[in-house]
Amino acid sequence: MSSNNDNSSRFSATRRKLLMGMAALPAVPLLAQTGLLTTPAHAQAPATADVNTTGLAVTDDEVTVGILHSVTGTMAISETGSVQAEKLAIDQINAAGGVLGRKIKYIQEDGASDWPTFAEKAKKLLVQDKVAAIFGCWTSASRKAVLPVVEQYNGMLYYPTFYEGLEQSKNVIYTGQEATQQILAGLDWVQETKGGKTFYLIGSDYIWPRTSMKIARKHIEGHLKDSKVVGEEYFPLGHTQFNSVINKIKLKKPDVIYAAVVGGSNVAFYKQLKAAGIDLSKQTLLTISVTEDEIDGIGGENIAGAYSCMKYFQSLDNPNNKEFVAAFKKMWGEKTVIGDVTQAAYLGPWLWKMTVEKAGSFDIDKIAEASPGIEFTKAPEGYVKIHKNHHLWSKTRVGQAQVDGQFKVVFETPDLIEPNPFPEGYQ
Amino acid sequence: MFSDYSLAELGSIFVMQGFAGLILFSVFVLMALGLAIIFGQMGVINMAHGEFMILGAYVTYFTSQFFLNFIPSLFNIYFFVAMILAFFASGALGMFIEWAMIRRLYKRPLDTLLATWGLSLILQQVYRSVFGPREVGVELPEWMMGSLPVTDMVEVQINGLFVMGLTIAITVAVAVLMYKSNWGKQVRAVVQNRVMAGAVGINTEKVDRYTFGLGCGIAGVAGSAFTMIGSTGPTSGQLYIVDTFLVVVFGGAQSLLGTIASAFTISQAQSTMEFFLSGSTAKVLTLLSVVIILMLRPQGLFVIKVRR
Repeated sequence: MSSNNDNSSRFSATRRKLLMGMAALPAVPLLAQTGLLTTPAHAQAPATADVNTTGLAVTDDEVTVGILHSVTGTMAISETGSVQAEKLAIDQINAAGGVLGRKIKYIQEDGASDWPTFAEKAKKLLVQDKVAAIFGCWTSASRKAVLPVVEQYNGMLYYPTFYEGLEQSKNVIYTGQEATQQILAGLDWVQETKGGKTFYLIGSDYIWPRTSMKIARKHIEGHLKDSKVVGEEYFPLGHTQFNSVINKIKLKKPDVIYAAVVGGSNVAFYKQLKAAGIDLSKQTLLTISVTEDEIDGIGGENIAGAYSCMKYFQSLDNPNNKEFVAAFKKMWGEKTVIGDVTQAAYLGPWLWKMTVEKAGSFDIDKIAEASPGIEFTKAPEGYVKIHKNHHLWSKTRVGQAQVDGQFKVVFETPDLIEPNPFPEGYQ
Repeated sequence: MFSDYSLAELGSIFVMQGFAGLILFSVFVLMALGLAIIFGQMGVINMAHGEFMILGAYVTYFTSQFFLNFIPSLFNIYFFVAMILAFFASGALGMFIEWAMIRRLYKRPLDTLLATWGLSLILQQVYRSVFGPREVGVELPEWMMGSLPVTDMVEVQINGLFVMGLTIAITVAVAVLMYKSNWGKQVRAVVQNRVMAGAVGINTEKVDRYTFGLGCGIAGVAGSAFTMIGSTGPTSGQLYIVDTFLVVVFGGAQSLLGTIASAFTISQAQSTMEFFLSGSTAKVLTLLSVVIILMLRPQGLFVIKVRR
């Protein structure tokens, strides 16, 4: 499953390094001075020995990184977009001259929607391939499996998905939103504009929806004016029958349905809401689990009118995003859609490149130290900045689903929201 | 929990809740029928049942695309065409699999479990490579969406009615086929005593192949119908497989009536408990009661007496 795993070139690269280390090294500056060894590709590139003191897979003209997502198994549905975005970013960085004068080469591994496999492949990438960074993981479960590995072998993981928070590591940069960035502003918005006072929370039964709903409930009960939660329900992953809960919703008549249902259940939920005659243009529904990717499967006509709270929508109107969408479609086809996580995955390689260049080194410790404060002004979502807790400052936006499967952005926070993975009073 | 509501509201909710239970019942019967035929009549544990269903769903998707692009005027009736195509596509694949794989494993029933599980993984990956890893959205004709208002508060889902009608039609057809037709007689003869059936001139291999094909074909139709209520993606079949086996095993593997009775019991229990408790708790309680009943009655609800 490794599409770019070229063993022979890696071998020759190692050999080259060895030769250089043993005999040729003293001669290099001499040759360089006489102009015999200077090629345009690494004309200004700093010497490998200076930028790579820990034995990562960095040569004079190449640096190897890993892409670790599921391209088989249930999660392939969601992770495909992330792989595409990361490859696009790497291509663009290479076209612009690479990182510290070195082209990025990637080794792609398949996590196969299986968490132990993720850990094993992460170890392979770090120990055997000595990759300089890993772009990967999607579900919290896969990240939790990989986390001890990147910490033990001192790797760097760029993790794209919005997630439940309560985590922070020297070895991970979280390019998606942690829970408070996704939840609080959206709830404030729905109360202000829709006058929502009663909320019905419904989610799939695992860590991300449960943690998110806990935060949502605390916010609704503690911070929104005379609001209350009238129902809170979780369904097993893969649940396909929602008629009973829909009846319950009809009985309770909440102002807002707040949903975090994922996967195949998601499709069933919206199709059955529509069939049950709940008109989403009249009934306010706010979700934190539907992006353009999911609408592909749900069908725009089944979800039109619902609101989704994300940091990025494909329809965002800014020059960065127009460029990004055009490049993405050129590479992956006119019909592909770009969801929130896909955009966050696209940020990974760029943030890493900028961090490496700021640190002037590929060394993991230096990157971890240099990460806070890194700014990316060309991000499709707009300006982002890495916080010292290794999460991103980013805006929260609300989009309304349209029949054509896109979102119309109806709200965005004026300022960047500070990431707060350990929110006090919300645990 | 009901003190805040008026009598009329409560009444209409109970009606709708009853209807929700009936829809769930139809869905269970529809997905379990194909498996009941294969598992019950042939003793083959077909773990790839869900993938045969999803083949039907994909056929439906492509039929809808075809109608949209080439004959949009007939889009309103495409679903019927799609279901027929789904039946034949899944049925044909089923017969091919029976010929290539299953017939070599009749003497090793537990191995079929492993083999068909492998088959399900292979099919999933084939769907992923051929149709793409992302889910597809099947567009429905306007008349199949939404609900019929019966009174002010009671609304009846059209796709629910559709699934019910379909389930009744297919169940009746299968019952007639099994218990009234000559072919059904042959199937039952083979089930009861394979050697003897062969001795009286029944081509048991052919009967096996068509039985397997029929079971898979019905799975295809079910998959086609479920595009109305669920997702269509390479791994969507996995969503149904557990419930399907639950219904078939609980009902007593060899009895069609048992399958229906068990689908009814499980669906009513599930839908009522889901209303009063939360989704996850309801599922746990359902599974728990099924386990307890199967401990007391390992052969399932119904069993036909066969001389061994």
